[in-house]
Amino acid sequence: MEHLLAFISNNQQIIYIVILMIFVGIEVIGRVPSVLHTPLMSGANAIHGVVVIGAIIVMGKAETDNFLALGLGFIAVILGTLNVVGGFVVTDRMLEMFKGKKK
Amino acid sequence: MSDHILNLCYLVASVTFILGLKMLSAPATARKGNLVAAAGMSIAILGTIFLYRNTETGEYLHNYGWIFGGLVIGGIVGTLAARKVKMTAMPEMVSLFNGMGGACAALISLVEFNHISKEMSDHPNGELIQSLQPTILIIVLGLIIGSVSFSGSMIAWGKLNGKVKDYSFSGQNILNLFILAIALAAGAWLIVDPARGYLLYIILALALTYGILFVMPIGGADMPVVISLLNSFTGVAAAFGGFLYDNKVMLTGGILVGAAGTLLTILMCKAMNRSLINVLVGSFGGSKNAIASATGTQGHFKEISVSDAAMVMSYANKVIIVPGYGLAVAQAQHACHELEKILNDKGVEVVYAIHPVAGRMPGHMNVLLAEADVAYEKLEEMEQANEEFKTTDVVLILGANDVVNPAAKSDPSSPIYGMPILEVEQAKTVIVNKRSMKPGYAGIENELFFQPKTSMLFGDAKKVLQDLCAAVKMV
Repeated sequence: MEHLLAFISNNQQIIYIVILMIFVGIEVIGRVPSVLHTPLMSGANAIHGVVVIGAIIVMGKAETDNFLALGLGFIAVILGTLNVVGGFVVTDRMLEMFKGKKK
Repeated sequence: MSDHILNLCYLVASVTFILGLKMLSAPATARKGNLVAAAGMSIAILGTIFLYRNTETGEYLHNYGWIFGGLVIGGIVGTLAARKVKMTAMPEMVSLFNGMGGACAALISLVEFNHISKEMSDHPNGELIQSLQPTILIIVLGLIIGSVSFSGSMIAWGKLNGKVKDYSFSGQNILNLFILAIALAAGAWLIVDPARGYLLYIILALALTYGILFVMPIGGADMPVVISLLNSFTGVAAAFGGFLYDNKVMLTGGILVGAAGTLLTILMCKAMNRSLINVLVGSFGGSKNAIASATGTQGHFKEISVSDAAMVMSYANKVIIVPGYGLAVAQAQHACHELEKILNDKGVEVVYAIHPVAGRMPGHMNVLLAEADVAYEKLEEMEQANEEFKTTDVVLILGANDVVNPAAKSDPSSPIYGMPILEVEQAKTVIVNKRSMKPGYAGIENELFFQPKTSMLFGDAKKVLQDLCAAVKMV
């Protein structure tokens, strides 16, 4: 029990962020029309590509002779970048189609 | 100094993610929102590369060659894939990219575990091991969620492009839960006894299997919901990476997507009038009886020629077009818009009725028709269209099936029972364009096709529409 309480107070900041972000995430897209479900999903998909930052850190910290870490990290960077770049480009292409209607 | 600038970069990026999502949920600002989030992401990535310092040693990152190599390869492949993909294949693409993110999270967990297990074998003492236990917990959870998201997304991708068929067997749900339970138990064991590094690979294998079995029985028509759910999984996996490195932007981005993705999943389910549990557990595969009984009622259907169909439509006051996946496959949106214009010139009122889940993703038809310059006001949502069918002379259904299947209202044993549909049978005449009498994506018969007021117009949607255009001009 004490362990748990200590954990909570040591990681207060992070716990606050998590809770607030859950509410922000829900509030922010609360009123999305069904037309935009797909682009929104695709955009959110690109945003979680932020995981690539973890891959970059892994890669950048690896010793130059640790080939397992380098190899896996390299693949992780490629996959993460695919997620980010592909995600944003696909979303942009979807939304490009919507733009035409206003002219 | 550089640490402070990096923190500022992360703060800016987190704000752009929130703003980006907010703007993405309104039609007028959506495109800008996407760009805002992309700009924030670039700031966060570049900041990490040049300003990140190891918390233990204070060193900057190295191996720049590898990092930039990965970024360039990923960037080029990602851009090309996203640029080249056809509009119809967009949903698959999203699923594929989502799987990449999941795999990335899982790989990070693998490398980090190797890193700390080396540390532990170098300095084997109880205190160090105890202090690392929370880290191992995070690594294990990141690995499980990332792997499930990866293998699940790959199956969803395969299903959407038709390479993977629905597959289910009795007791599958129980087996799935069992696999998940073993994976979690192995994770718990690993945390208690971190020396057993091989457990991590068992967890990896189990999580990958779980992802496959989890998506396998879910019907293709429900894939958007599943992709959205896996999307939020990957968000959570990214957030675990944020815990691992105490990295605020990964944390905020990941949790944001996790929360927004979950809500979006629920909203999508609502658009189909189903609950999430119903989608995940009561999968289409489980209702073979209904399929059998529906095929029994097959009766006669009537065919109509292109010229007759053109005649009927030219003399109508009002035509409603119901587009579906068939239109997307045939890339017939331009031909469709052409027909609309020709009919308009003849004084026929033409509108489109868009079912929320027509095509294979919500909004699929809107995107497609917008590409062909169909005016936004001509697209009517389901509720509005359902009121207008009564006063409509001709409904032209282009490659849609399940979304107009009256069984959703009348047959409780049907797998799509309860889904709101476009009530096209209230119109005076219904013309259905399909390639063949084969059932639609949900794999069930549609009694609409056998009703007396319905006529079938077989053929590829694009070809049929072009022929119709020519024929209508002649009338």
